[in-house]
Amino acid sequence: MSRDLQETEKQPLLKVRNLSKIYGSSCKSCLELTGPDMESNICPRCGSVVACGNISFNVYPGEIIGIVGESGSGKSTLIKSLYFDETPTSGEVYLQCFENGETNLLSISSQKKRWVRNHLMGIVYQNPYLGLKMDFSCGGNIAEKLLAADWYHVGKIRKRAKELLSKVEIPLERMDDLPRTFSGGMQQRVQISKALANNPPLLLLDEVTTGLDVSVQAQILDLIRQIQREFGITMIVVSHDFAVIRMLTDRTLVMKNGRVVESGLTDQVMEDPQHPYTQLLINSMI
Amino acid sequence: MAYVAVKGGKKAIEEAEKLVTYYRYKGGSTPIEVKQILDQMRMAVYQVMGEGSLYAPELAALALKQTEGDTLEASFLLRAFRSTLPRNFYSLPVDTTCMQVIRRISAAFKDIPGGQYLGPTRDYTKRLLNFELLEEGEEHVKDFMAEYLAEIEDEIHEPPPTFPKVIDLLRQEGLLEIPKRDKEGETKVVDDITRQSLRFPASRAMRLQSLARGETGSMMALAYSSMRGYGNIHPVLGELRVGYVDLVVSHPLIEGETITVGKVMVTEVEIVSEIMTSNEHRDKNRRPKFTAGYGLCFGQNEVKAIAMATLDRAMASENPKAPAEDEEFVLYHIDGIEASGFTSHWKLPHYVDFQAVLNRVRSVREREGRK
Amino acid sequence: MRGIYNYGFIDENTKKEIRRKLLKAVAIPGYQVPFGSRELPIARGWGTGGLQITLSIIGPEDTIKVIDQGCDDSVNACNLRDFIVTTTGVKSTTDTLEASIIQTRHRIPEEKMRADQILVLQVPYPETLRWVEPSEQETRRMHAEKDYSKLWVFLYEEIVRWGEITLSYRYPVMVNGRYAMDPSPIPRWDVPKLHQAETLFLFGAGREKRIYAIPPYTDVVPLQFEDYYFQVENFKGKFCKFCGSTDSYLDEVYDRETGERYFACSDTSFCMKRRKQSSGIPVKIGRRWYE
Repeated sequence: MSRDLQETEKQPLLKVRNLSKIYGSSCKSCLELTGPDMESNICPRCGSVVACGNISFNVYPGEIIGIVGESGSGKSTLIKSLYFDETPTSGEVYLQCFENGETNLLSISSQKKRWVRNHLMGIVYQNPYLGLKMDFSCGGNIAEKLLAADWYHVGKIRKRAKELLSKVEIPLERMDDLPRTFSGGMQQRVQISKALANNPPLLLLDEVTTGLDVSVQAQILDLIRQIQREFGITMIVVSHDFAVIRMLTDRTLVMKNGRVVESGLTDQVMEDPQHPYTQLLINSMI
Repeated sequence: MAYVAVKGGKKAIEEAEKLVTYYRYKGGSTPIEVKQILDQMRMAVYQVMGEGSLYAPELAALALKQTEGDTLEASFLLRAFRSTLPRNFYSLPVDTTCMQVIRRISAAFKDIPGGQYLGPTRDYTKRLLNFELLEEGEEHVKDFMAEYLAEIEDEIHEPPPTFPKVIDLLRQEGLLEIPKRDKEGETKVVDDITRQSLRFPASRAMRLQSLARGETGSMMALAYSSMRGYGNIHPVLGELRVGYVDLVVSHPLIEGETITVGKVMVTEVEIVSEIMTSNEHRDKNRRPKFTAGYGLCFGQNEVKAIAMATLDRAMASENPKAPAEDEEFVLYHIDGIEASGFTSHWKLPHYVDFQAVLNRVRSVREREGRK
Repeated sequence: MRGIYNYGFIDENTKKEIRRKLLKAVAIPGYQVPFGSRELPIARGWGTGGLQITLSIIGPEDTIKVIDQGCDDSVNACNLRDFIVTTTGVKSTTDTLEASIIQTRHRIPEEKMRADQILVLQVPYPETLRWVEPSEQETRRMHAEKDYSKLWVFLYEEIVRWGEITLSYRYPVMVNGRYAMDPSPIPRWDVPKLHQAETLFLFGAGREKRIYAIPPYTDVVPLQFEDYYFQVENFKGKFCKFCGSTDSYLDEVYDRETGERYFACSDTSFCMKRRKQSSGIPVKIGRRWYE
């Protein structure tokens, strides 16, 4: 392997530095007085909620990273901040494929953020109503993503949409139906096909199987693995369920009260958890 | 064949105008004097001034005469007239505690400093048609006036009482809160909706100005929806007062001096609504309080002022859900001149537009027929 | 009337403001400039936007033409023309070539306009995104971020459902490659006239309080797909009963006595000229817009 290839392999696709999100007036002591040691997200001094505090991590190309934690751990806030659904209070985020990884994504204009979202990222939400426009047909949802990536040919859009829908095993006769009429599992699969439409280098998955029947869950997880194998897309998978994390991810971050308490290779974290909270989580797996 | 390009349109308009005049005259009755409308139809005059957004009672009365009592049309006339007038001054803020009150009530407390004064109101009359009015003549006027003035002879010379604001009672106790939205939106320069178009989120100034010149019926309907349950506002009437306030402007030449340019009659309403515990962050500094809604309009128009105060408060909601809480929904649809104009504009020819649609529909059907 | 009322009815400060806003609109083609629209003796929805623009730019040397649905004789056109003439004293005309300012509702004249003329269009809905979004706050954000995906998907869905885009008037266009714009309820027929024209187009929405403009030689491209191009209305097999024209926008009319259906040029002064010409009367007919 050439020296250059090694270098690019070592370069993270995504760099997150000191990302914080605080709801409320916020004060100087917010970060100090909250966290897993205090077992609280709420600043005793000003009442603000520290959803995430000082999060830093890297994601390498082709990796699947897991972020695990219970409700209130900050994992969803983190991923929403990466997709610009939330505005972080402070921090920096860099994408290697955007301006050579030299520009902090949190500082760019909303027009540029929109461009990054449309061309470089995809997201699948737990609630399909967040990721899909229920007033657009299934194909229309995929078209939305393609149009935002400057595809202006109806024939080509429909061809690509059919490819994607086959991949996620949605019958093509339902392409022009409203996703409102689909089952939960089908809606998730439409979301996945939409997220993949523009071949994003980075895919975010936020609790995508939570709430689905167990058999459907298994199908979706299998699908995600297939996609990863076939396209080598870099993914961040958020879940409260270690079983999902184990199935999908290479590395894992464990979050509690808005902080990362432990990180490492998924197998290692699961076999030999260091932090007491991680141990608690693993032990309570059924 | 005559090659006349413009044929008939102008003539048709002229004939329509003549017909309108004919309809007003054909009954044969004596033309109404503007003074009669001013004196005896004062509620209509107030409504027209308020919706026309021009305090000019005689012009409002003239407009009502010209439009045969159509208040929408009459307000339109006034609003249009406004556009040819130059703007000379902005008045200094009016202090309504100095109002020469003719009516003043509160629903929040049984009795209030200064007392409750019913004033001229039909609120407590039985709504029965008074057939005696069919025979009303000048002698009736003379007799009533002589008798009534004699009755109140002694009281006329007493100085009118002063009335502090009921809502100040709550304010002094620290129970009144400015809604978060309005606190955050405070600006140094007051917006003027007659010189700028609405922007959203709207400042309080824009909200209140739009409401002050809004059409009474639309505002009443929207406020009513809020009271009924499409929203959460139960507008307890802190105070309603009707009376005359002075308009004062800064002296154009001598700094520090002011000139009183005249008096206007206004209706002012302050409602009080309780703030439910906020479901946002548990800010330690937040305690249960009341917020107020403010209504002000020209003349005596109580329904409009109450509606205005209710909508003012509704639109400041932290989590707007109901139509009356959606400020875009409210502010865009309560202007009588705009709403009636656009509603009427559908009477204009739309045949080119319609032909375009027909063309499309036929085109699709043709293609589907060929398949 | 002139005694109590200012020249052109509206006061001088208003004219100043509108002129400034027009300059801004010309500087940013297709962008909707908010303005403090004043009320006029003509009802909202009946042309107060176009009227305010006309009254702000008109002077004693101008000649005005006013049309509604292409017709000089339409009642509302008569009313507007009368108001303009009474408040300014300018000459009026029905000849497209003679006018310096043309105020129009829902049509662009058939004869090509020149660089020394201005077309003022009356606009009921200035916001093209209203097809997909009711909130003004949201549509302003969409324009600011050049986020037109919702509109595009709407057009895609139309093609999927009907095999073509069924929007007829108010067909959305992209101006100068940046702003999506509503060209006002002109039929598709008139949309190509906006592209790279010599004439200045000014758009006024009085009730909605927006002004926008297309300066001369601007790219104006209807929203279309590479495999579904924009098309104008099809009048195949139809012709004007009066002048025989087969390539002008035609009105469908039902004879008031016989009930028989026929077609006639929407642009009445254009039609009149053609009729004069075929009777041997010398008359100057303007060029077509795309030659």
